Amino acid sequence: MKIESRERDGAVVVALVGEVDLQHSPSVRKHLMELMFDRRPVVVDMTAVEYIDSSGIASLVEAYQAARKNGTRFVLAAVSQPAMRVLQLARLDKVFALADTVEAGLSA
Amino acid sequence: MSNAPPSIEVINLDTHYGDRQVLKNVSLSVNPGEIFVIMGGSGSGKTTLLNHLLGLLRPTSGTIRILGKDINTLSSLEMQDLRTRMGVAFQSGALFSSMSVGDNIALPLREHTDLDEMTIGIVTRLKLEVVSLAGFEHLMPAELSGGMIKRAAFARAIVMDPKLLFCDEPSAGLDPVVASSIDDLILRLRDAMGMSIVVVTHDLDSTFKIADRICVLDKGEVLALDTVDAIRNSPNERIQNLLNRRTEEAEVDPDAYLRRLLGEKEKHANQPTQGRTGL
Ligand SMILES: Nc1ncnc2c1ncn2[C@@H]1O[C@H](COP(=O)(O)OP(=O)(O)O)[C@@H](O)[C@H]1O
Ligand SMILES: [Mg+2]
Repeated sequence: MKIESRERDGAVVVALVGEVDLQHSPSVRKHLMELMFDRRPVVVDMTAVEYIDSSGIASLVEAYQAARKNGTRFVLAAVSQPAMRVLQLARLDKVFALADTVEAGLSA
Repeated sequence: MSNAPPSIEVINLDTHYGDRQVLKNVSLSVNPGEIFVIMGGSGSGKTTLLNHLLGLLRPTSGTIRILGKDINTLSSLEMQDLRTRMGVAFQSGALFSSMSVGDNIALPLREHTDLDEMTIGIVTRLKLEVVSLAGFEHLMPAELSGGMIKRAAFARAIVMDPKLLFCDEPSAGLDPVVASSIDDLILRLRDAMGMSIVVVTHDLDSTFKIADRICVLDKGEVLALDTVDAIRNSPNERIQNLLNRRTEEAEVDPDAYLRRLLGEKEKHANQPTQGRTGL
């Protein structure tokens, strides 16, 4: 999988591309937690997540909690169908801040 | 989905306990994302078949391919690797009584991954949420009811997000409401994670609710293998007899019965054994 970060409107858009599984979730976690440490607002672009396992979800949970403590924005945007089903399984769709598009996530 | 390779392929499986043949020329395949139910009366060979699919027994002859791998040709290291992609919810729960529920569930992650302890903790609690046991991580297995033990066993079975999940008698010994909640859980897991799920059961209500296809075993042979509707409407008299037989005599669970005879303590309190339709 790939992690693509870019600056936009003062926030960092982190696109997760491909399969976020056991093998890759530690790097997703590290990437997101560094941004949290720097108190950066983050929009995670999940359009191209083909699969995400529980360890990937756990990385998002940890980052989201850090953002809430910081009082910074952390939005999951354009969540793909497969990722949404996994979020719904644990009712996390009711917990995360979600946006239909990256643009909406940036202005939320 | 239909042209994806099968998750499980069994070809002409024969197996014996000593001289006695227990499975006879069993062939079947399970598709990705399919819920495949193995049914049959007590002693028909369901658990034996399951143990073969898990690579715990060696067949007399025949081929078993799991996630594309012929398990008879695998080294023990390769088998171990394959096992991390299979989850098993055992008949009796099989939690370690000396460990908290949370530690039981986290165990496969601690053994097989290098994940950060923070991630392991979140994943463990996520799974407890999924099986409706949120907040129970610090309890010991002995403090749980039968239905809760089953759900905890599920949580552990899915903690590694397996591609393939095996459940042996998931609703055995549970009252109908709890049994039905386990059925819902199986359906949700398949829908959300796309797992292939093999369920061994003699519970007809459960089978008709969750199965995509049913394999009926009778004295070690595949008596029928078809969709729920086809099995229900089968003109075969032996199948109809099996389907219409009710459990006046409750099914004997050999594990539980042997534990009782040996005076070993039952882990789960409060297990009604009647109430559901079964073979
Ligand atoms: N370890 C064993 N040694 C000898 N015979 C066994 C053993 N385990 C099961 N059997 C026999 O094999 C047959 C199939 O058993 P099993 O697979 O447990 O059936 P089921 O799960 O459908 O009740 C039964 O006749 C049983 O008595
Ligand atoms: Mg059995």
